[in-house]
Amino acid sequence: MQMQPEFVEEARRQAEICNACRYCEGYCAVFPALQAERAFAEADLTQLANLCHNCRNCYHACQYTAPHEFDLNLPKALAELRHDSWDAFAWPGGLARGFQRSGTMIAAAFVLGFAALFLAARALPAEGEGFYAVLSHNVMVAIFAPAFLLPLASLSVSLRRYWAHVGGGRITLGHLRHAFGSAAKMRNLAGGHGDGCNFEEEDRFSQARRHAHTAVLVGFLLCFASTSSGTVLHYVFDAPAPYGFWSLPKLLGVPGGLLLGGGALWLAHLKLKADPELGAPSAWGGEMGFVLLLAFVAWSGLALWLLRDHAALPVVLALHLGGVLAFFLLMPFTKMAHGFYRLAALVRDAQRREAS
Amino acid sequence: MTDTPDILVIGGGNAALCAAIEAAEAGARVLILEAAPKPYRGGNSRHTRNFRCMHDGPLSVLVDAYEEEEYVADLMKVTGGKTDENLARLAIRSSQDCLPWMEAHGVRFQPSLSGTLSLARTNAFFMGGGKSLVNAYYRTVEALGVEVRYEAHVMHLELDGDRIARVDFDHEGQSHSLSPRAVVVASGGFQADRDWLARAWGPAAKNFLIRGTPYNRGVVLADLLDQGVASVGDPTQCHAVAIDGRAPLYDGGIVTRLDCVPFSIVVNKEGERFYDEGEDVWPKRYAIWGRLVAAQPDQVGHVIIDAKSINLFMPSVFPPLKADSIEELAGMMGLPAQKVAATVAEFNAACGDTSGFSPMELDGVTTTGLTPPKTNWARPITEPPFYGYSLKTGVTFTYLGLKVDERAQCATDRGPIRNLWAAGETMAGSILGQGYLAGFGMTIGTVFGRIAGKEAAAYANAA
Ligand SMILES: Cc1cc2nc3c(=O)[nH]c(=O)nc-3n(C[C@H](O)[C@H](O)[C@H](O)COP(=O)(O)OP(=O)(O)OC[C@H]3O[C@@H](n4cnc5c(N)ncnc54)[C@H](O)[C@@H]3O)c2cc1C
Ligand code: SF4
Ligand code: SF4
Repeated sequence: MQMQPEFVEEARRQAEICNACRYCEGYCAVFPALQAERAFAEADLTQLANLCHNCRNCYHACQYTAPHEFDLNLPKALAELRHDSWDAFAWPGGLARGFQRSGTMIAAAFVLGFAALFLAARALPAEGEGFYAVLSHNVMVAIFAPAFLLPLASLSVSLRRYWAHVGGGRITLGHLRHAFGSAAKMRNLAGGHGDGCNFEEEDRFSQARRHAHTAVLVGFLLCFASTSSGTVLHYVFDAPAPYGFWSLPKLLGVPGGLLLGGGALWLAHLKLKADPELGAPSAWGGEMGFVLLLAFVAWSGLALWLLRDHAALPVVLALHLGGVLAFFLLMPFTKMAHGFYRLAALVRDAQRREAS
Repeated sequence: MTDTPDILVIGGGNAALCAAIEAAEAGARVLILEAAPKPYRGGNSRHTRNFRCMHDGPLSVLVDAYEEEEYVADLMKVTGGKTDENLARLAIRSSQDCLPWMEAHGVRFQPSLSGTLSLARTNAFFMGGGKSLVNAYYRTVEALGVEVRYEAHVMHLELDGDRIARVDFDHEGQSHSLSPRAVVVASGGFQADRDWLARAWGPAAKNFLIRGTPYNRGVVLADLLDQGVASVGDPTQCHAVAIDGRAPLYDGGIVTRLDCVPFSIVVNKEGERFYDEGEDVWPKRYAIWGRLVAAQPDQVGHVIIDAKSINLFMPSVFPPLKADSIEELAGMMGLPAQKVAATVAEFNAACGDTSGFSPMELDGVTTTGLTPPKTNWARPITEPPFYGYSLKTGVTFTYLGLKVDERAQCATDRGPIRNLWAAGETMAGSILGQGYLAGFGMTIGTVFGRIAGKEAAAYANAA
């Protein structure tokens, strides 16, 4: 569990300059936390890195960016350290680096996932209607239950490592309220001034990233709720799929899919416009792969519903489920992990504020 | 080559941008010529952090009230009365309207920065600092259709009787000339021309650092003064403060400040103290120390503190030298070790009861029988490790400038120049004869930039 010293050292060098300057203290939670320190231990820097959401306000406001000899680029320094910390805390460790750094790896996992499903669909007996005619409910559960639980186990190991590393204390309800409150409102993505990020066009402020991210988050939660409601209908009310449009799974799932699919494509579009040199360039491919995977899961899910009586249903279903499988299995090793780390960092920050 | 603009604005800092915005909003076609390349655009304005603003009641982030008379009194105190009261009152009164105007043009303020709470009432801090202000204004002028040319160095304004007939500038290796209807000069002082500084101040100025932009070389100022345009301000003086001796030659900005002097002793290269380090709180003394250091051999001072004091001041950007004994530290600083040790011992012996020590206020913890004395925060330097910093003189701006009237218009001894206005540091000498009041530079630039822009547009639109 070792972070790369050059990332730590560079983040420290820049944090020390910011601490002597402090012009950016109004932008985000990073600066008040930074200014509470005088010397920066590795753990302090890891925590700062996970508080940063790469809005880039501080880069464009900085009078010391290259070609100035101080060469400030705090969003980049923190992004590199942040990604490195996720690699370091990931369990099992070896897997992480590849997936975070490479969209190709994600694509490969995805292809393998759906190939496996295809094989399963052929080999195993199926009964039922709609997509259960292609893949039986029990087979789906047998595949997806572990695919859902294993990543959660992996993430909890990682988060525990993070918590020990940054020296987190006992968590109270107040800390959680603070953290979830910030996350839900995406308070930090609005910038200290409410004008948004400087993401897609140099120093122009825009809410696009915040809105796209909200669409993805809400869409994802709706899809998740849709699946959960389906599970409840299946087990509790003995009402298996397919469901009509005016059913809970569909009423949650269709808008959810549209939000997730639209939001993910929007994020991908913004990412193409953004300067990779203000993030972690080495993680660009992995992040892009992940966003596109999200979009694929959403759109293929919607296609499933539109093509429910079509001959292509088995193929689309395998593709969709393959995407979902890849998404869950890779959760601890992709950008998806950022949500968990970010919440942990916000909880930790609430503890720091309380202590100061 | 572009068509001739109605109004040519020389410079790309706060004053220039305020003028350009007003002129463009009045319907004039405006061209900005900025000497710096885009990443360094914005002159000294990119290094600023706040704006001093009069207000009769709470205004945006500013609390309570800061009324005209108090503001004027603060100004008179720092300038020792060397100020044009008429223009000063104009700037002060107008500042109240400027703050909402700035917000409307994209500037964002925040409650006063940590460590500067004393300014919460008088100064509005820019969120992100001066560069974010400059960025917001560039976005605004772009939206207004103003053309901006970077790396465009204005070399000469041809004064023909009572008007500017032509402006010559270099851009991308070529010389160009334009004959706009009106010209606004907002190209700052001359402090980045070190030869000029040395001619004015004396050879010691060769060792000064320039806190801000290397592009304010006074080319336009010199050119206009040569042609008999009226000037104001002491040509030999500059505003200077004591900063970290390791700061870069230019553009070191805010992070090079060093706040540890009140808790230290400061010696020169001979290892001798030369001034009361504890005379007052640092923000009231850093300018005096700029001059004190300038008067020492090689224009350098050496600050020594001990472990007791290392956490009492804002962190500095360069780490201090660190040693377990005074002699060792002196060696690292290139100072005569025996002499420094003797100076420290003498100082320590002169320290008395330190139980009243209080870092945030004048605590009266003083030395006895020592020359020069240390009249506050005088604690013996005894606890290793010992830390050392160096101090050099950092120049903020020069006082010599163009003399303007309340319409920001320039003149010769034959009367006003019909189509020439000036704003910002380049005319600040009209108001600040000496000294400096934190946040007043941006006030002058904003108020007079706006006036110059409006006046120039009115003239150009009428012509
Ligand atoms: C480190 C530092 C911190 C400061 N902090 C504050 C503060 O917090 N609050 C405050 O009120 N004041 C502060 N000041 C003072 C403040 O910077 C000035 O008063 C103010 O910025 C002046 O604005 P200006 O537009 O006149 O000049 P500048 O912002 O310096 O702009 C001058 C412009 O002219 C351009 N130029 C020069 N020569 C030519 C030429 N020949 N052709 C074309 N363009 C040319 C330059 O490139 C530059 O863009 C600070 C100064 C420094 C150095
Ligand atoms: S990013 Fe630049 S302007 Fe912002 S606090 Fe750091 S050094 Fe200062
Ligand atoms: S990029 Fe945004 S979130 Fe990150 S440190 Fe800078 S201002 Fe804060």
